[in-house]
Amino acid sequence: MNFRSLLIPLLAAGSVLALFGALLLGSTPMAPERVLAALFSLADAADSTVVWQVRLPRALAAFVVGLALGGSGAALQGLLRNPLAEPGVLGVSASAALGATFVLYYGFAAPSAWLLPTAAVAGAVLATLLIAAAAIRTSSVVTLILIGVGLSSFAGATMSLLMNLAPTPFSLFDMINWMLGSVANRSFPDVAFSAPFIAAGLAVLFWGRRGLAALSLGEEAAAGIGLNVRRQRLLVVAGAGLATGGAVALAGTIGFVGIVAPHLVRPLVNHDPARSLLPSALLAGLMLVLADIGVRVLPTNTELKLGVVAALVGAPAFVWIAMRRRTVSNSEA
Amino acid sequence: MNTVERNMDLIVDKLSVRAGGNLLVDDASFRLASGELVALLGPNGAGKTSLLRAALGLMTPTSGTVRLQGEMLSSLSLPERARRISYLPQQRPLVWPSPVRDIVSLGRFAWGCAPGRLAGEDLQAVDNALAACDLLDMAERPADTLSGGELARVHCARAFATGAPLLLVDEPVTSLDPRRRFQIMELIRNQVRAGVGAFVVLHDVSLAARYADRLIWMKNGRIAADGPPEKTLSEARLAEIYDMRCRVEGLRVEMEAPL
Repeated sequence: MNFRSLLIPLLAAGSVLALFGALLLGSTPMAPERVLAALFSLADAADSTVVWQVRLPRALAAFVVGLALGGSGAALQGLLRNPLAEPGVLGVSASAALGATFVLYYGFAAPSAWLLPTAAVAGAVLATLLIAAAAIRTSSVVTLILIGVGLSSFAGATMSLLMNLAPTPFSLFDMINWMLGSVANRSFPDVAFSAPFIAAGLAVLFWGRRGLAALSLGEEAAAGIGLNVRRQRLLVVAGAGLATGGAVALAGTIGFVGIVAPHLVRPLVNHDPARSLLPSALLAGLMLVLADIGVRVLPTNTELKLGVVAALVGAPAFVWIAMRRRTVSNSEA
Repeated sequence: MNTVERNMDLIVDKLSVRAGGNLLVDDASFRLASGELVALLGPNGAGKTSLLRAALGLMTPTSGTVRLQGEMLSSLSLPERARRISYLPQQRPLVWPSPVRDIVSLGRFAWGCAPGRLAGEDLQAVDNALAACDLLDMAERPADTLSGGELARVHCARAFATGAPLLLVDEPVTSLDPRRRFQIMELIRNQVRAGVGAFVVLHDVSLAARYADRLIWMKNGRIAADGPPEKTLSEARLAEIYDMRCRVEGLRVEMEAPL
């Protein structure tokens, strides 16, 4: 047994520990035995409420959002063969947020709870399709990232417009929440409405992961060794779109975790995009749970938004990765 | 030639490929049998790569057929094709610093295998390919630490690891120094000795004449000539194909000036 074969069990164990830690910590820390008692409904009503209604759904929300973003990031990096690809950078998250904002603006969220996640997923899939269509025409990843920047800006501008025209301060506040990204006050039903999209997206990505390994040779050689490149592209687009859309519906836009987690995982899995998928998802989930604990524990007047913290840590990491980037052979843009 | 041998063949019949209004390949026919090394020669833009890609099914021909070991290419699944023909494209962009062994392992992709979990036959095939290309001592090295010549050998090993009876290679030696060019051609020749049929696009006429059993000459999408070097290599041919004035003595070629 070496460290590499222990990677996934370690990350899974770490995730469980972090989730448990998220139940212990907060404005009023609780002792482990009280949390355990509350978990198995042996405690008083107050403890049960804190654990079951507040902390557990929130921690789970952070975890599944991390799973979705980490998995999508790893898969998009494998597909586009670039370590800087990520739902946030490619404008997928912003487009999903735009979909969600539309629903909020027109007040559609009330009639059906499914509408918000569906709109977010639609936004995400649309953006991913656009990126993938561009990826067919150009091999230059710089172009793709520029398209992502354009998509992000456009989605951002449209959201600003909607906020500008927001009918009530209440919907304005909702929209800001979506743009900044947060898992505060999430309930089990909130998680339950997004989880199917995230689960389906991750399942699609995981099912098609073998093709990502083939793509590390380049699309031409990948087709030569028997990969259906078009189908692979569609799988990743659909999977990343579903997962990211679900994540944004639940927590708004949380950037960069989809870059940082795969970047840390890659050297531990021989830089194989297929093998990086699951550990990247777990690590991103773990990171968001920890970051959310930090957000809750930090003694600030107004609670920091998870998305803000993720960007504060992730954006410099993005710049660092971009600056260190080099290619193996001389034939890549 | 008996039927068993014929079934090992790649038979390209009257193939035409049109893309964006341009006729890239015009009525091209050729065949490739096991145990022979065929070089495809022609100037840039002659349609060599298009012919190769259409013969592999990576490009849809406008007309004509490709038969692979007795079956229509279009009736075979992608992995089935890949198990029968190994393809080494001209562009080989590696972006991740993967270890050599993992890259070579991808040669077994069509057999359902993935890097990192090789066993049995797959492992054996990868080890054999690494050994054939003299890469065993650098099997764990990351790709970004290799020189151009070493990388070329890694890509060859990847193509060999599939164990396919046919091998289609697009400009394997273009950016290599003379010694490395011979090395790569030797590696391919060794595969051919072991029974593989190899179809290699080359720009180096002398190298092609030295290693190939047969030369196929291509210009403007058409196959102009197809035959052994002794029969098809001539000053007139080089003038026709490359618009170059050359001196040819036996299999020795000296390029003198553009016409």
